Amino acid sequence: MKIYRVNMTEGKVSEEEVKEEYAALGGRGLTSQIIADEVDPNCNPIGEKNKLVIAPGLLSGTMAPSSGRLSVGTKSPLTEGIKESNAGGTAAQKLGKLQIKAIIIEGQPEEGQFYVLKVNKDGLALEDVSDDLMGQGNYEVMESIQGQLGEDVCVMSIGQAGEYKLQAASIAVSDPEGHPTRHCGRGGTGAVMGAKGIKAIVIDDDGAPGPYMDNRDEFIEAARDFTQSLLNHPVCGEGLPAYGTAVLINILNESGGLPTKNFRKGRFEGADKISGEEVADIIKERSGKNTHGCHPGCVMQCSQVYNDKDGDYLTAGFEYETIWGFGANAEVDDIDAIAQMDRICDDIGVDTIEMAVTIGVAMEAGVIEFGDPEGAIDLLKEIGKGTPLGRIIGNGAGFTGKAFGTDRVPVVKNQGIPAYDPRAVKGQGVTYATSTMGADHTAGYAVTSNILDIGGTVDPLSKEGQVDLSRDLQVATASVDSTGLCVFAAFAILDNDKALPQVVDMLNAQYGLELELGDVFDLGKSILKTERDFNKRAGFTNADDRLPKFFEEEAVPPHNVKFDITGEELDEVYGELD
Amino acid sequence: MKVTVKLFATLKELMPEGQNQMTVEVEDEATVDDLALQLDIPEEKDLIVKVNGRHGSRNTVLEAGDRVGIFPPVGGG
Repeated sequence: MKIYRVNMTEGKVSEEEVKEEYAALGGRGLTSQIIADEVDPNCNPIGEKNKLVIAPGLLSGTMAPSSGRLSVGTKSPLTEGIKESNAGGTAAQKLGKLQIKAIIIEGQPEEGQFYVLKVNKDGLALEDVSDDLMGQGNYEVMESIQGQLGEDVCVMSIGQAGEYKLQAASIAVSDPEGHPTRHCGRGGTGAVMGAKGIKAIVIDDDGAPGPYMDNRDEFIEAARDFTQSLLNHPVCGEGLPAYGTAVLINILNESGGLPTKNFRKGRFEGADKISGEEVADIIKERSGKNTHGCHPGCVMQCSQVYNDKDGDYLTAGFEYETIWGFGANAEVDDIDAIAQMDRICDDIGVDTIEMAVTIGVAMEAGVIEFGDPEGAIDLLKEIGKGTPLGRIIGNGAGFTGKAFGTDRVPVVKNQGIPAYDPRAVKGQGVTYATSTMGADHTAGYAVTSNILDIGGTVDPLSKEGQVDLSRDLQVATASVDSTGLCVFAAFAILDNDKALPQVVDMLNAQYGLELELGDVFDLGKSILKTERDFNKRAGFTNADDRLPKFFEEEAVPPHNVKFDITGEELDEVYGELD
Repeated sequence: MKVTVKLFATLKELMPEGQNQMTVEVEDEATVDDLALQLDIPEEKDLIVKVNGRHGSRNTVLEAGDRVGIFPPVGGG
C-alpha cells in the first residue's frame, strides 16, 4: 500500500510509505487524520495551505458487497471546519485495486493553470489542460476523457462551479456508465479541487495488482456471509433495489417530517406526484432503470436511470434528498423539472442538497416564487454561467440568505439542513446540530429508529432518547465510513447481530489484524474526537452545535412541534468524548 | 366506523387503481392487524405503520376518522 503526494506549487508527485499509525485507517478515518495532522485549522480553505485528501475505504476494491465508497477530506470552504465527503462511483474500487491508500493534493499552481491528474499502475502524472476542458461541465469532461482513454477509466472532475471555487461545488465521480451522477457533494470539496488547479483525476486500474489481501480464503467466507446479511434484510435486499431512496417521500410526508416551503410545514400536498412510487412508475414507462448500482458489486443498487419524456437519458442517482429539496421544499410537484435540476447540478458540479436548500432560501427572499420550477432551473443555470447571481446561489444557502437579506435560513455551521424536519424527527435534529460536518443527515441517521423502525423504535416527536441515539449512530457511522461500505449497510448491521462481526472478520482477513467488535466503536469515537479537535482549533465552540432559532420558536404542522432539546442536552452528545 | 387508509410501495397494488387513498369501514375497536387482514395484506409481512402521522404497529387500536399509512419495510437516506 502507498500514499501519493501531489504538490501543485511545484508540479511534483512523490510516493510515500504508509506510516504505522495510518496502517489500519481508511476512508474517513484516514482523510480526517491526515487533515488533522497536516492542515492548519485556520488556513483559508481555497488557499495554498489547505489540502485535499482522497482515500478509498479499507474494503474498497475487494469482493466485499457494497464497499466501493470513497472519502474526500479537506477543510471545508462552506463550513470552515473539517470535511469528509463520501461518494459512490467507481473511483474507490479502482484505487483499492491499485493499492493506493490515499492521494494528498497540496500547494497551489499559478492562477488560471489547470491540470488533469492521471493515476494508473505506474504511478501519478500531471498533464496541463489549461487550454482544454476549461469551462466545461462534468458530462462533457467525462465524455471527452473517456473518449480518449477508454470507457473503463474512472473520472473525478469538477464542473464550472469548482473552477469558480464556489462553496457548494462538488467533485463528480463517474458511475459505471461513465456519467457524473455520483458526487462528493457536501461542503464544497469541488472548490478546493478547483483551487488546487485540478480539473479532473483519471483513474485507470488496467494491470493493477488487485486489493491488498492477507488471507483470501477467510476473506471470501466472511464476504459471502455479509452479502447474505444484506440480501436477507428487507430494506437492503428488497426495498432499496426496487424503489431507491425516493421511497422516503411518502413515509416522511405521512410522519409529518417532510420539510415543505422552506421548512414551514411537515407535509406537502403534492407529495404523491414526486414520490418514489411515482418515480418508479415513470422510469418503467420510459424504459429507464429502476435498479442500478452506483458501483459494481453493490447488492443494494438503490440508484436508478431516469429518462425524459422522449425516452432519452436525463439523469441517474435521483435521490430522495434531491427530490425533496427541489420538490416539497420549493413547493414544486413537477418531477420532470426536478429531474432536470438534478441533471444541471450534476453537470455544473454543485451539491444538490445545498442547492435545494438554497433555492428554498431564494424563494423565501422573493428572488423567485415558491412553486416556480422554471425560475429554479434558470437560477441553477446562472451558476454555470458565472454571473454574479449564479455565484451567490452557488455559494450556498447561508451566503444566499445574507445576499438577499432573509433570516429564515436552515443551516448548521453554514451547511444546508437536509430532508428531515428536525422538529418532527428530533434525532436528526441532534445530528444536524452536533455533527462535526455541519448539517449532515448521514452523519448519524436517526431516521432509522425515529421513522423506519430499524434498530428499534424511538418516538420522533419526543426528546427522550434522541441524544443517545444520535451519539451511537455518529460513532458507528464514522467507523462504517472508514470501511468503504455504503452507509445503507448499517440498516442490516442495526437489525442483525451477526452482520457487524462479519465486517470485522473481513477486515481481519484482509489486513491480518485481530480486531474485536469493541475496536470498531473505539475507531468511530477516535475519528469523531480527531474531527472535533480540528474544529475546536478552527474556532468552533459548543455554541456552533445549535439549530437556527426558528426551529425552537415556530411549531411545525401537522404535529405542531418545536425543537425542544436544550443546548445543554445537545452538549451531552460529545460530553464524554471531549 | 370509517378510517382513511393509504398503502405504499409494494402494498400500493392493493389500492383501487388510480387512487392514492381509500376510506375503509372497520369494526369498532378494530386494530391495524384487523384492517390489514381485511385488505389482504399477508399476515407474515413486516409493516411500518403510521396512524395520524405517529408511530403505530399491527396492535394499534383504531378510532373513527383515523388516517392510517401502511408501508412494507423501506429505507433510504
